[in-house]
Amino acid sequence: MEEHAPLQEATPEKVGTHTSSAQLEMRDMLLNIGPAHPAMHGIVRIVAQLDGEQIEKAEVEIGYLHRGFEKMSEQVDYNGVMPYTDRLNYVSPLINNMGYCMSVEKLIGISVPVRCHYVRVILSEISRITDHLTCVGATAMELGAFTVFLYMIKAREYLWELVEKVTGARLTVSFCRVGGVKADLPEGFAGLCKEAFAETRKVLVESDGLLTRNRIFVDRMNGTGVISAADAIGYGITGPFLRGSGEAYDVRKDCPYAVYDRIDFDVPVGTRGDNMDRYLVRMEEMEQSMRIVEIALADMPPGALQLDPDTGREIPAAEMVDLAKVGDIGAISGGCAVAGPTLEGSGRAQRPSIAADEKRVFLPPKEDVYGNIEGLMSQFKLVMHGHGVRPPAGEVYFPVEGANGELGFYVVSDGTGNPYRVRCRPPCFAIMSALHELLQGESMADMTPTFGSVNMIGGELDR
Amino acid sequence: MNPQDLIESVTSRFPDAVSSSHVFRADATVVVTPEGLLAVARFLKEDPELALNFLMDLSAVDYSAFGQGHARGLFASSGVAVAPSFLIPDLDPWPGPPGERFAVVYHFFSGTQRHRLRLVVPVPETRAAVESLTPLWPAANWLEREVWDMFGIRFEGHPDLKRILMYDGFEGHPLRKDYPVAKRQPLIGPQN
Amino acid sequence: MSNDDSFMTSRLNEALGWARKYSIFQYPFVTACCGMEYMATACSHYDVDRFGAGFPRFSPRQADVLFVVGTISHKMAPVMKRIWEQMAEPKWVVAFGVCTCTGGFYDNYATVMGIDTILPVDVYIPGCPPRPEMVLDGLMKLQDKIQQEHTTGERAAPEPRPPILEP
Repeated sequence: MEEHAPLQEATPEKVGTHTSSAQLEMRDMLLNIGPAHPAMHGIVRIVAQLDGEQIEKAEVEIGYLHRGFEKMSEQVDYNGVMPYTDRLNYVSPLINNMGYCMSVEKLIGISVPVRCHYVRVILSEISRITDHLTCVGATAMELGAFTVFLYMIKAREYLWELVEKVTGARLTVSFCRVGGVKADLPEGFAGLCKEAFAETRKVLVESDGLLTRNRIFVDRMNGTGVISAADAIGYGITGPFLRGSGEAYDVRKDCPYAVYDRIDFDVPVGTRGDNMDRYLVRMEEMEQSMRIVEIALADMPPGALQLDPDTGREIPAAEMVDLAKVGDIGAISGGCAVAGPTLEGSGRAQRPSIAADEKRVFLPPKEDVYGNIEGLMSQFKLVMHGHGVRPPAGEVYFPVEGANGELGFYVVSDGTGNPYRVRCRPPCFAIMSALHELLQGESMADMTPTFGSVNMIGGELDR
Repeated sequence: MNPQDLIESVTSRFPDAVSSSHVFRADATVVVTPEGLLAVARFLKEDPELALNFLMDLSAVDYSAFGQGHARGLFASSGVAVAPSFLIPDLDPWPGPPGERFAVVYHFFSGTQRHRLRLVVPVPETRAAVESLTPLWPAANWLEREVWDMFGIRFEGHPDLKRILMYDGFEGHPLRKDYPVAKRQPLIGPQN
Repeated sequence: MSNDDSFMTSRLNEALGWARKYSIFQYPFVTACCGMEYMATACSHYDVDRFGAGFPRFSPRQADVLFVVGTISHKMAPVMKRIWEQMAEPKWVVAFGVCTCTGGFYDNYATVMGIDTILPVDVYIPGCPPRPEMVLDGLMKLQDKIQQEHTTGERAAPEPRPPILEP
C-alpha cells in the first residue's frame, strides 16, 4: 500500500515559471513505503521524508512478522524448538538448525561425531547458496532483470531437490537433532551434488554475464548504499554486508566451529562497501560454498560404521539400527517396520556416525522406534514430559555464520525439559537498524538496490 | 585472550562494579551492577587489549520462573515422584541466576582479538532500568527498544525508546514469564 | 440465475467464467516462509503461467485474487484487511499455508489464528509451506469455483468458521 501524504495544492507561485526561485515554497513530502510494497520483498515499513527525489530522512518500522519465536521456544522441549528455528531464516533453514543444535550441545557438553559435522556443514553450505541465490535474484528482479530471477530460482530448485533427497522436505527441513542429524546422506549423494552444482555454476555464469557487465545494473549498484567498515561494526553488522565494506570477519574462519577449520576456503572481501561490492561478495561466496561442499564430500569419513567382527564385512545402515542389536536387527527392521513415505530418509539413520553416542539426548531413528523395544523406550523417555533432553542449568551463546552474518543462539536452561530462554541473534536485525543511514541522502530509486542487498528476511528479523 | 584473562582484566579495573564472574562452557561472564555498566562498557570498547568493538547481542532474561518449568515426571500427577535421573553430571557447574528478577545480557565480540565476553546486569523488578549503550554503539538502539518492548526494562538515555516488534496499544511485555503465551490483543478481528 | 434466462445468456455466462478462470490476476500478499514456495511456484520449474495466473499485480485495484502467503500477525492484520477492501469485485481470497488457514503452530500472542477470522476465504492450501504441486491444486480448485459461479450464477458462501475451542 502506498500512501502519499497530502501535498500542498499547486498554486501559481509554485508551478509557475515566471516567479523567482526565492518565492518558491519548499515542502518536504512524507512517503510511506510498505508494509506491502512491490519493491519490498518482505514486510517492512519505511517512512521517507523526501526533498524532491532525495531521501532526507528515513524511518524504518519492523515487527510485521513478529510471531513469538522466543516465547514459543519456552513452551516446547529442546527438540521441539527445531521447527521454529527452520522458520527464522526460511531461505537457509539448515544453518538455523545447526546453530541452535550446536548451542544446545554446548550447553549439555557433548560433541557430535565428525561425520555428523560434515553432514551439517555440507547442508548448511547448500542452504547458503540458496539464500544468496534468492537474495541476488530478488534484487536483480527489482532492478528490472527478471530473467536473472528466473534463472536463479531455477538453480535454487536444483539445490532444493538435493536438500529434499537428504531431508525429505524442500524448505522447512527440521533436519538436525540435538546431538546429531536425522539421517545420513543418501547413497550417491556426491554424484547428485556434482550434477546440481554443474547446473548452478551454469546459472551463475549466465547471471554474471547478465548482471556484472550490465550497464543499468552496474550503474544502480555502484556507489549506492555505502557504509564504511567502522560504521558497520558500530551497528553490529556481520556477514556479506560487513565483508563488502572490507572487513574480513567470517565466523567460519575467525571462530571456527564444526569442521570449518579443516576446510580450505576463501573469504571474499569488498573495498567500497556499496551495493555492487555486496553483490560481488555474494556471487563469490556461492562459488566458495560449492568449493566447501566439494572438499567436505571428499574429506568426509566413510559412511560405513562398523565392521562385522566375525567376517570383517561392512554392516550397512539398514541392518544396524541399534547398537544393542547388531546382528539380528536386520530381520526385524526389514520384516515389520517399513518406513512410510513421510519417513523418507529414516533408513539412513546411521546412529553412531551421525549422532552423538549419548542416548539420553539423541532421538532414536524412526525405524528403531517402530522396530525394537529399545528404540521405542528411548523415544518414549525422550518425548514424555520431564524425561527429554535436560541440559544442566546454565547459559551459553553460540555463533554460526548465517547467510546474512553471525547467527547466534543464546540459550538459558534451568535444568528442566524446556529451554528457559532461547534468544536468537538475527543477523539482519543489525543491518536493518542501519538502513535509515544507508538511505539518507540517496535518491528514492536507490532504495530498491540498497534494500535488496540487505536481504531482509522477515522471519529472522522479527522472529 | 582466554576467558580467565578477560574476566581478570575487567575485575581488576572495576572491583566495585563487578559483583561476580564465572566461566561456563568457555563463555566468560562478568556480572556488573547497573550503576557501573556504562563505565565498564566504555572500557571494554576502548581498551586496546580487550578491543571489544562489536556489540553482538543485547537481550534480557526474566528469571522469575526459574526452575519451575516442566520438571514433573510422567507419573508426577499421580503422586509418584520421578527423580531427575536424566541429568548429565556437570563438572563445572553454572553458579545460577544472578539474583534479581531480570538480567540484561550483553554479548561483546572483538573483531581484532577474536574473543567474546558476556556482561550480565541484574535488574530488580521495582526499578527495571539500566543505562543505554547507544552513545557507544548505535547497534544498541534497536536492541534496547526490543528489550523494552519484550521485557519492559527501561534504558535511560535512549533517544527514542518505543515499541519495535509489537504495535502501539499493545499492553504488557510478552516475554515476561507472567505474560500468558496466548493472550492476544488484536487490532481488528475477533479475540481468538 | 433465474429460470427466465435464455440458453444464450447462460452459455455466455459460462464462457465468461471460462475466460475469467484462465486469466487470474493475483495479488501475492507475501509475508513469510510460504513466499519462498510461492516464488518457486511462480517461476519456471512449476510455472503457474500454465494456469493463466502468471501475472502478479502488485496493486490491489488490478487484482482478482488475493493470495495471502505466510503468517499474518496482529500488527499486519489491518494492512491485509485494507488491501482486501481495495480490491474490486469480483474477488477471491486464497489462504496459502497453514498459518493463514489456522494460525499453525504459532498459537501465541502475536499471530492471527487464521485469516478467515478477518476475511472470507475461498480456497485453503494447508502445508508448512505447501509444496508447489499443492499450490497448483489449490489454484485449480479456485478455477473450478470461479467457473461454477458463472455456471450456476451463485457464489458459494464461504463456510462458517467453527468456533474456537478453549483449551
